[in-house]
Amino acid sequence: MSELLNNILFLPEAASTFAERIDFLHHFVVGTTMVMSAAVGLAALFFFFRYRRRLPAQATEYVVPTLKTEFLFVSVPLVFFLAWFGIGFRDFTWVTTPPKDAMDVYVMGKQWMWKFAYPEGPNGVNVLHVPANRPVRLLITSRDVLHSFYVPAFRIKMDALPGRYTQIWFEATKPGTYQVLCTEYCGLSHSKMLAEVVVLPEEEYEDWIQEQRRGRLQDRQDALADNSLVPPVARMVEQGQVLAGTQGCLKCHSVDGSQHIGPTFLGMYDREEKLDNGQTIRVDEAYITQSMMDPGAHLVAGYQNVMPTYQGKLQGPETAAIVEYIKSLRTPNVREGASEGPAYDAIQ
Amino acid sequence: MTPSSSIAAPGATPAPEEHHDHHPSYLVDGTTIKSWLLTVDHKRIGLMFLFWVLLFFLVGGIFALLIRVELLTPGPTIMDAMTYNRTFTLHGLVMIFLFMIPAIPAVFGNFLLPLMLGAKDVAFPRLNLLSLYIYLGGAFIALWGMLNGGLDTGWTFYTPYSAHTTTTVAPVLFGAFIIGFSSIVTGINFIVTCHTMRAPGITWFKMPLFVWAIYATSCIQVLATPVIGLLLCLVTVENLFGFGMFDPARGGDPVLFQHLFWFYSHPAVYIMVLPAFGVMSEVVATYSRKNIFGYRAVAYSSLGIAFVGFFAWGHHMFVSGQSTFTGGLFGVLTMLVGVFTAIKVFNWVGTVYKGAVDFRTPFAYFCGFLFFTVFGGMTGIALGTVSLDVAWHDTYFVVAHFHFIMVGATIMAFLAALHYWFPKMFGRTYHEGWGLVSAALIILGFNATFIPQFLLGNNGMPRRYYEYPERFQALNVASTAGASLLAFGFIIIAMYLTYALVYGKASGKNPWRSKGYEWVSESPPPTHNFVGPQPVFPEEPHFYVDPKKAEVPDAV
Ligand code: HEM
Ligand SMILES: [Cu+2]
Repeated sequence: MSELLNNILFLPEAASTFAERIDFLHHFVVGTTMVMSAAVGLAALFFFFRYRRRLPAQATEYVVPTLKTEFLFVSVPLVFFLAWFGIGFRDFTWVTTPPKDAMDVYVMGKQWMWKFAYPEGPNGVNVLHVPANRPVRLLITSRDVLHSFYVPAFRIKMDALPGRYTQIWFEATKPGTYQVLCTEYCGLSHSKMLAEVVVLPEEEYEDWIQEQRRGRLQDRQDALADNSLVPPVARMVEQGQVLAGTQGCLKCHSVDGSQHIGPTFLGMYDREEKLDNGQTIRVDEAYITQSMMDPGAHLVAGYQNVMPTYQGKLQGPETAAIVEYIKSLRTPNVREGASEGPAYDAIQ
Repeated sequence: MTPSSSIAAPGATPAPEEHHDHHPSYLVDGTTIKSWLLTVDHKRIGLMFLFWVLLFFLVGGIFALLIRVELLTPGPTIMDAMTYNRTFTLHGLVMIFLFMIPAIPAVFGNFLLPLMLGAKDVAFPRLNLLSLYIYLGGAFIALWGMLNGGLDTGWTFYTPYSAHTTTTVAPVLFGAFIIGFSSIVTGINFIVTCHTMRAPGITWFKMPLFVWAIYATSCIQVLATPVIGLLLCLVTVENLFGFGMFDPARGGDPVLFQHLFWFYSHPAVYIMVLPAFGVMSEVVATYSRKNIFGYRAVAYSSLGIAFVGFFAWGHHMFVSGQSTFTGGLFGVLTMLVGVFTAIKVFNWVGTVYKGAVDFRTPFAYFCGFLFFTVFGGMTGIALGTVSLDVAWHDTYFVVAHFHFIMVGATIMAFLAALHYWFPKMFGRTYHEGWGLVSAALIILGFNATFIPQFLLGNNGMPRRYYEYPERFQALNVASTAGASLLAFGFIIIAMYLTYALVYGKASGKNPWRSKGYEWVSESPPPTHNFVGPQPVFPEEPHFYVDPKKAEVPDAV
């Protein structure tokens, strides 16, 4: 029955606990509206035929309503309207009051994308992962102008205001992917400000979050290892690139992944290298430095020990610059930057 | 309908026939351009307003069609995103500020208020002329701004976007600000006219219901318009000089803007729709030859709507971050507006009961109006049901709702008024057959345009979307098809009414045998409305009781 009504009314799939409540009231209200419009229309139509003019100068009776009639005119609609309001307000209070155990996600609107961040967790752009059957509280803000976060399948919507947080919550009931739209006009690409909510079954969600955490921990270590001395990293990378050329590193190591006398620098950092003694080693700053100073210490499987030592030829900062350069040749890592909640930035 | 002189004017002292020639109709009393441009005759001013309002309706209508054609396909169709954003802004602004707000009060209010009150003119005739020129001045400044640089904020000018957009906001806001004065001046003029210019015998509760509606509208105009004036000034200053009233980056509050904006703009929807209700009260009484069922209830409900209309603005802001309690409060107050409207609807239907219905063009519009008002009004109640609005806010459901109630009801009333009072204004009649055909087309076209938009809103399509996901396409195509039907209807009306203006048969004084007060004077009326002594009005308007049956049945 309600499935049928939803189809007639073009309602999207109902995929949250709130959607079920809304749809019930929707059917009630729209149903009554149709019945009422039809009743008024039919009464009018009946009167038009029953009382059509028969003579050009026909006179009519003087009819005025009794107090009882007027009372009915007022009270019948009032009772219906207040009943709808009562149910609606109860549901509204419910959806604006997140339960205590709800999981938090920060949402930030920005011309023209949605950013999502989990406290102490990963962040991402335009894709929000949430577990099914668990309340999720969205803490919403904007970085520039007004936006509005709308998920038709959940029937929820909340404005994103710069300089403020608003909140709404939902509990998704079915795993799947649902569209997010922006409903507050926000300029040129307002209609392209789309995102999606991916609802995962509880276990899959846990796996996903674990995986994201690992990436994040790794990023943390990188940040710590990067004990940036005086020159800013970008300059060091440039410096390292020049040094790698002048010191002859690039005679044997390629930077585009092609095989040469030595292993390629591309994607070397953070790689698991197989050594000729059967062990493996993770390529980090220490290993790179050691390989420059004492190339034969850990020989990579498949290569000959032909590399000269740079002990004494390179100054400390020069070594660091070359390490930074090699680090910059990583294949791009999707998870960059710290993942705190969004902060409000003034727009210029 | 053949003109009939057999029916006596309702209790008024008719003008002696022999005086007739010495008092030419207002249309021919002075034919120089100057005699029109500098006239202080409320009827000529009304007619000039009619000209401009129709012109702006055409402009807004062309932009509406451009919007609809663009939305025919999901991706870009005929314009780029920036042009589209400017187009819907222009459409909204022109339709609201230049067409809907002045349409009925400035045209028909001006023309009819003095006639319905037995007065020679409005209270301040020169101020009345001034309000026309203020309106035109503001309109041209705003249009100039929109065409030079354009504006892409939507007609709601929400901050902080409007403070940052690179399009030219200032002239448009300034133009709208000026137009506001026209609204205020007209409002004051009508209020004073109602208070001081009523002919002997017209007590407050014998004023025609159209007058009641205009009176209530004027109260809203005078009280609410200054707020938007102030707001427009503040946004202009913010946009030009970087003041930080509404921009959080400068310490301001964007939600404050919304409060101030809707404090005007919500009552403004009643500025548009109350006069429409007034027109329909007259039309239904005349064509069913009945006294208004529950006259007092209808009159009071106009005042009631005007009053609670001021306290419902927050229902535009349920998801703006306002508190849950505030949302509830505004929700309940919204329901009250609905109840007042329901009273009117029931009383209109009651008026037909035991009447003598003559189904003519204006009555056809009344039927359409009844549907748009009931359906549009009930969807408004649905939107006031807070939890449902969480899903519908800023989707096409809202677009459909406000087109139904504001635009649908107002357009029905505007067209009904145009047809109903056409003989009064020009002394000629139009072709009834074409009138009915085009009314059917318009009502059909309107439904075909906006019913799909309700469904689009249900399905989740946000408003102000230049591109949309594929799944919305079928309904958009349906809506565009409806819009072309609608446009076709308007073209037919323009043709046969223009024809009637020149070649139409003389209508006689009171072609509908109405007992509305305005039909007491000649059609078209002479310059000072009445010839001879001031008329007196012993009976209430629309008193169609058979004199042969002598006594008036008393109120049940
Ligand atoms: C042929 C008749 C009309 C059609 C097809 C039409 C179509 C539309 C459409 C598609 C929109 C939505 C724009 C959007 O949200 O992206 C719109 C908005 C609007 N229309 Fe109309 N319209 C028509 C007549 C009118 C009339 C007669 C009025 C007023 C008298 C009016 C007032 C408005 C307003 C105020 C908006 C809101 C603009 C905004 O979103 O900023 N429309 N119209
Ligand atoms: Cu947006």
